[in-house]
Amino acid sequence: MILAQATGVEGSSPILNISIFAIFVIITLAIVIRVSRKASSGAKDFYTAGGGFSGPQNGIAISGDYLSAASFLGIAGAIALYGYDGFLYSIGFLVAWLVALLLVAELLRNTGKYTMGDVLAFRMRQRPVRAAAATSTLAVSFFYLLAQMAGAGGLVALLLDIKSKTGQSIVIAVVGALMIAYVLIGGMRGTTWVQIIKAVLLIVGAGVMTLWVLSLVGFNLSGLMGDAVSHVGSVGEKLLSPGAQYGKNGTTRLDFISLGLALVLGTAGLPHILMRFYTVPTAKEARRSVVWAIWLIGIFYLFTLVLGYGAGALVGPDTIKKAPGGANSAAPLLAYELGGTVLLGLIAAVAFATILAVVAGLTITASASFAHDIYVNVIKRGQVQDEKNTEVKVARRTAVVIGIVAILGGILANGQNIAFLVALAFAVAASANLPTILYSLFWKRFTTQGALWSIYGGLAITLVLIVFSPVVSGKPVDAATGKSPSMLQGVDFHWFPLDNPGLVSIPASFLLGFLGTVLSKDKADKKKYAEMEVRSLTGAGAEKSVLDH
Amino acid sequence: MSTESPPPGDVTTDHPDWETVQRSPEFQALRTRLRRFVFPLTGAFLVWYLLYVVLASYAPGFMAIKIGGSNITVGLIFGLLQFVSTFAITTWYVKFADRKFDPHAEAIRREIETGEIER
Repeated sequence: MILAQATGVEGSSPILNISIFAIFVIITLAIVIRVSRKASSGAKDFYTAGGGFSGPQNGIAISGDYLSAASFLGIAGAIALYGYDGFLYSIGFLVAWLVALLLVAELLRNTGKYTMGDVLAFRMRQRPVRAAAATSTLAVSFFYLLAQMAGAGGLVALLLDIKSKTGQSIVIAVVGALMIAYVLIGGMRGTTWVQIIKAVLLIVGAGVMTLWVLSLVGFNLSGLMGDAVSHVGSVGEKLLSPGAQYGKNGTTRLDFISLGLALVLGTAGLPHILMRFYTVPTAKEARRSVVWAIWLIGIFYLFTLVLGYGAGALVGPDTIKKAPGGANSAAPLLAYELGGTVLLGLIAAVAFATILAVVAGLTITASASFAHDIYVNVIKRGQVQDEKNTEVKVARRTAVVIGIVAILGGILANGQNIAFLVALAFAVAASANLPTILYSLFWKRFTTQGALWSIYGGLAITLVLIVFSPVVSGKPVDAATGKSPSMLQGVDFHWFPLDNPGLVSIPASFLLGFLGTVLSKDKADKKKYAEMEVRSLTGAGAEKSVLDH
Repeated sequence: MSTESPPPGDVTTDHPDWETVQRSPEFQALRTRLRRFVFPLTGAFLVWYLLYVVLASYAPGFMAIKIGGSNITVGLIFGLLQFVSTFAITTWYVKFADRKFDPHAEAIRREIETGEIER
C-alpha cells in the first residue's frame, strides 16, 4: 500500500479523526487489560489464549487479521480506477480460503501446538526443520509488517494532514508502541479481541457505506457501473472489462496469472493465519472459524466492489487520482462524499484500527515462532527448565525487538514504493510454506531433506526473483511523474520479466520438495507418519483447550 | 490424557500403537473418505478459479460482453460466480464433514483413547 506525501484529503478534520481513533485505542486497551486478568501466565495462554475461543469468535478475529488496510483502501481504489482488474484481488483472496478449509485448518489444529514449525517438524528432525520454519515465518511476517507500518505513514499524510516526515515518523512510532503494548499486556487473548472489534467496525462501516451508495442509485448495480464509466476517467469503458491494468502485452498477462496463483495459494501458508487455528479448542471449531471467516471476508469483498464503483461514480477517477494517496484515497473520499467530515473521520479511524490489529497479529506470530521454534527447540534443544516462564519471557522480549525493528523499518520505508511487499509475503507463503505443509500432511515419503529444500529453496527463489524483477529496478520512467515505478531509481539490473514470482517459484518449490525427498538418504519415519496421520484425522492426542477440563 | 499433552515430537510410553491404528480398516476407510472428497474438490475449484484468471487475461473481449443492454458484463458475472461457488463449496464441505466424517473420526478417536483398538 502506498500513499503519496501531500496535503490531507479535502474536508478531512484531523482533530476529529485523531479523537475517534483515540477513543478506539482507549476502549480496546481497556478490553485488553480486562481480558488479560483472566489469563494464566503460561506459554499456552500467551500464544493461543489457551485455545479457549469459539469458532465464530475466531472466525471474526481471522477476518480482522486478514482484512488489512491494503484490502480495504487498496482494493476499493483499484476497482475505482482499474475496475475489473481490482476485482481479481478480492476473488483470489477469497477463493484462497478454500485451500485452508479443505486441506489445512483442521489437520493443522490436530497436530500442532503453537506454531507452523510444530506441524512441519512433527515427523522430521526437529532442529533443522524448526529453524527453517521459523526463518520463513519471520521473513513473511517481516515483509507483511513493513508494508503495514509504511502504509501507516502514508495514511497519516492522507487522513491526519501531517505533512512533515518527522510528524509521520512520530505517528509510526506511536502505532508501533501501541502494538507492542497490546501484545505484551494481552498476548494472544488481547490481540484476538482487538482483531474482533476491528473486524466488526470495518465490516459494519463498509456495509453502511455500501447500502448508502446503493440507495443513491436505487439499488441498481448496472446503473452504478454506468455512472462510474460515464465519469470517463483515463480508462473509461475499460472499467467494465478486464485488462485496464494488466492487459497491455504478453508479459503483463503472464504477470496477472502469476499474481492470481500467489494470491490463491498464499493464504493457507501465512503463519499469522495458521496460528489462529490454535486458539480454538478442537478441529471442529477450527472448521467453524474458517466458515465464519469465508462468509465475512466474502461479504466484505462484495462491499468493496460496490464501494469501488461507487467511488468511481460519485467521486470520479480523476479526482481520486489527483488526491493525495491516489487509489488509496477512493474509499475515504467516498465516505466524505456520502457522510461528510464525520463519516470520513470514522472510516479513517477504522483504517488505523485495521493497521493496528494486523501488526499486532503479525508480531505475536513472529515472537512465538522465535521463542518456541528457535529458542526452545533449536538453541535449548527442548531442554528448557521452567518452560512456562522462560519461553514467555523470551517471546515477550522478541515482541519488543520486533516492534522496534518494525518502527524503524516503517520510518525508513515511509514514502518508498513498497506496495510489492504484501505480494512478496504472499509469494513466500505460497512458495516456501504451502508446499511443505501439504507434503507433511499428505505425503508419506516426505523427508527432512525434502522439507528443507522446499522451505529454503522456495524462500531463496522468491527473494532472488523479486530482487531482479522490474518491481525493484528498471521500469521505464513515467512521463507524468518523472519517476520510475520501480523501487530504485536510475539503475536497471532486472532480468526476470514478471512483477510477481509465483508462476515460477511455486512450482519450483513443489519440485524441490519432491527432489529433496527422493534424493535423500534417510527414509521417512514411518512410525511418526502413522502418528501424525492418525492424529491429524481423528484428533486423538490433540492439544487440549485449557478451558475444557 | 492429561490436560497438558506432550508436545509433538515427544515419545511417551503410554501412547497408542499408531501404526496399528493406521493399518486398521476403519482408519483406512476414514482416510479414503476424506481424500476422495477434498482432493477432487480442491482440483475443481482451482481449475475453475484459474479459468477465470486466464479468461480475464487472454480473452478480455469475451469478458467485456455486456449482458442484455445493461452494464453488467460476462466478466463480472464470472467473478460473482466465484463468490457463489466459494460459498457453496464451503457449505457442502461442512455438511460432509459434520455428517459423514466426524462421526467416524470420533469413533476411532474414542477407540484409541480407551485403548480398544489395540485388542
